[in-house]
Parts: sequence; structure tokens; C-alpha cells
Amino acid sequence: MAEINTDKGGGKKHSKKPKGKKMSTRIDLTPMVDLGFLLITFFMLATTLIKPQTMEISMPSKDKVPEEEQSKIKASKAITIILAKDDSIYYYFGTRENDIDPEVIVSNFGPTGIRQVLLDRNASVMAKVAQLRKEKSAKNLTDEDFSKQLSLIKADDQAPIVVIKSTDNGTYKNMVDILDEMNICNIGRYAIVDITAFDKELIQNRKK
Amino acid sequence: MPKIKIPRKSTWQDMTAMCDVAFLLLTFFILTSNMVQVEAVKVAIPSSISEIKILETNIVKILIDPQGKIFYEIDGQEHRMNLLKKMGEQYNVTFTDKELREFSIVPSFGVPMSAMKSYLAIKAEDRSNKENLLGIPCDSTDNQLKYWIGMSLAVNPKILISIKADQSTPFPVIKKVFGTLQDLKQNRFNLITSLEENPIR
Repeated sequence: MAEINTDKGGGKKHSKKPKGKKMSTRIDLTPMVDLGFLLITFFMLATTLIKPQTMEISMPSKDKVPEEEQSKIKASKAITIILAKDDSIYYYFGTRENDIDPEVIVSNFGPTGIRQVLLDRNASVMAKVAQLRKEKSAKNLTDEDFSKQLSLIKADDQAPIVVIKSTDNGTYKNMVDILDEMNICNIGRYAIVDITAFDKELIQNRKK
Repeated sequence: MPKIKIPRKSTWQDMTAMCDVAFLLLTFFILTSNMVQVEAVKVAIPSSISEIKILETNIVKILIDPQGKIFYEIDGQEHRMNLLKKMGEQYNVTFTDKELREFSIVPSFGVPMSAMKSYLAIKAEDRSNKENLLGIPCDSTDNQLKYWIGMSLAVNPKILISIKADQSTPFPVIKKVFGTLQDLKQNRFNLITSLEENPIR
């Protein structure tokens, strides 16, 4: 085992009285260590350290709202994002006005893609949020106040409104990524909506 | 020349310290980790910057695999038994006590109600075979997912709905599931993601 007996033996011969054998109180802990590491191995394999996160989303209600109660959004504030195949994005501002179609622009999920567009459009809110964060790090704000003020800033009337649509070629990853961009860019007002014939037509016309 | 005698030293090592380390690490792993959950399908979840932790109890998970097959998971053995009983009433299938008990220990499942009886009859280790992963129908003609969620809410009103879908799941399937939830007036739900660093901050 872990010990090699170095006792030459024969020591007993010299002792006159047959003493009771002195037992060592040292216990060999090697098997216990083995057991400990075995259990560690088991737990490392059978468990995960990563706790999954969750992203909360609210979908618009399907209930029919009477025409007069519907809040009309300003076309100038609206950004429509369409998720297409191979992780590409189309976006356009506003809607058709005086028979002039809005220009459809192609973008991507990179940092210079759709994020830059949203950040530019949402610059005033971003500045306010940065200010708020600074105040929070200076310990002038409690967490509760922070989230309260953050949602106030996000609900700004002048902030852009994003409408997210997806073609059938979009994937779940694209959708989560675009929702993530909403969080990164502090956009408070966005919705996931079904794609319309008008959008399809716009993309079609663009390709020609 | 006299022989140099090397004194023989004991090779005994005190293992107490090592033992302490091993068990300290063990304690750390037990406390910080959580058990890997066996799910009907393995899905690669997308990442997001959201930092909200998912709750462990009172949760319904809708799993969607890359092919768009839907699986369902609800916690609580009691809830599972009640749920299957209610679903059986809805689809005119009577389950025996044995089947109900069997169902209460199935972590996640994805079979149409017509195949539920035969699914519960087979051995637990065969359930993850390909031919048994059929998915819950969620079409406009036969929306069983809607009933599963509706019944789950009736069984446990505190339940939180979460969706765990694979990155490459096509959007039409996601739209179908979202539509089903909207039909049930469940407009707030959770998407399970892994953590990613916020690029701005």
C-alpha cells in the first residue's frame, strides 16, 4: 500500500516482557481520497454548472380592438425589420406614402449592421440610459428606482417603434437575436407581427 | 572503503490533507451545480444578453427540435397525473392507474394522444428511440398542444410557460406555437436562452 515497512523485524526479541502490540493510531486515508475523487468525477459528469437564462417576451393580444381604441403609431417613427433566409435582414422606415414605397435596405446581424441603425435612431434614449447607468454606478439609485426610470425612458414618445416580421425562411435564432438587439439598443416598443403581402411585395421589387 | 548507508525513510504519506481537498471540492460541486435533466430531444439553444434566471418549479417547457417537432414537459408528479387524466377525458381515452403512474415519471414527452397508450406501454429506455419521438400535433385542424397547455393551466394556475427551441428551428413552427399561446391568451412567456455578453456597456 502507501507504506513500505522499514522495520527490520526481530525487534521483539530484545524486549523482555511480551508487551501488548502497540497499534498505530494513523489510519491510511488513501481509499477515502479515492472515494472523494470518484464522487467528484461523478458529480462533474452528471451535473451542469450553467443555469439557463430566460428572455421574457410579451406578444400582442389577439383580441380584436375596436378601431377608435387602437393607438395609431406615427409612420415616421416606425422601423420594420424583416428576417429573411441565411441570416439576412431587410428593413425600411415608415410605410407607403403618396404612392411612394419606402426604400428597403439589406442589413445583417453584425455590430455594424442592424444594431448601428437602431442605435442611431434611438440615440436620445441611449444617451439617457447611459446617464442613468452612470448615476446608478455612483450609488445614487436603488435597483428598484433604476428599473422604474429605465422603463420610463424606454416608453418615450419620440423613440422609434420596431415592427419585427419574419419570412418563412427565418429561424428561431434570428428571432432571438433580433429581440436581443431590442434589449441592447434599449428599444421599449416593439412587436412581432405576421408578414404582410405588402412586405413581400417590397422585397420582391427590391430584388429586381 | 566503507559503504555509505542510506537511511531508509518511510514512504508513508499523510493523506489527510488530500482527503480534505477532495471533499471540499466535492462539496463545492454539489452546492453549485444542478443535475442534468433528461429531455426527450437535445436542443442547441440560442444565446441572449438576458440575465433573468429561470425558475425551477411551476414551469412548463415546450421543446422544439430542429425539424419542428414539439415536445412537452411539466414539473410535478401530481400535476402530471392530473394532466393526463384531463387529457384522457378530452380525447376519450381512459388511462389505468398504472399508466397514470408511468406517465408521472416521464420527464418530457412528444406523442399524439392516439399513441399515448402504446407510448406508456413500452420500456422507458426505448422511449427516446426515433420512432417514438413523434412530436405533439399543433396544426389548425388538430391542435393538441393547445389542449396540453390549457389543461396544464387548469391543473396548476401558477404555471409559467417557457419555450426551449433549437437555433435552427424554422420560423413557421415558432409562429404556430406563439399563435397557440396567443389563442390561449397567454401573451407573456419565456424563451430559454444561454447567456451572452452585452456588447454595449
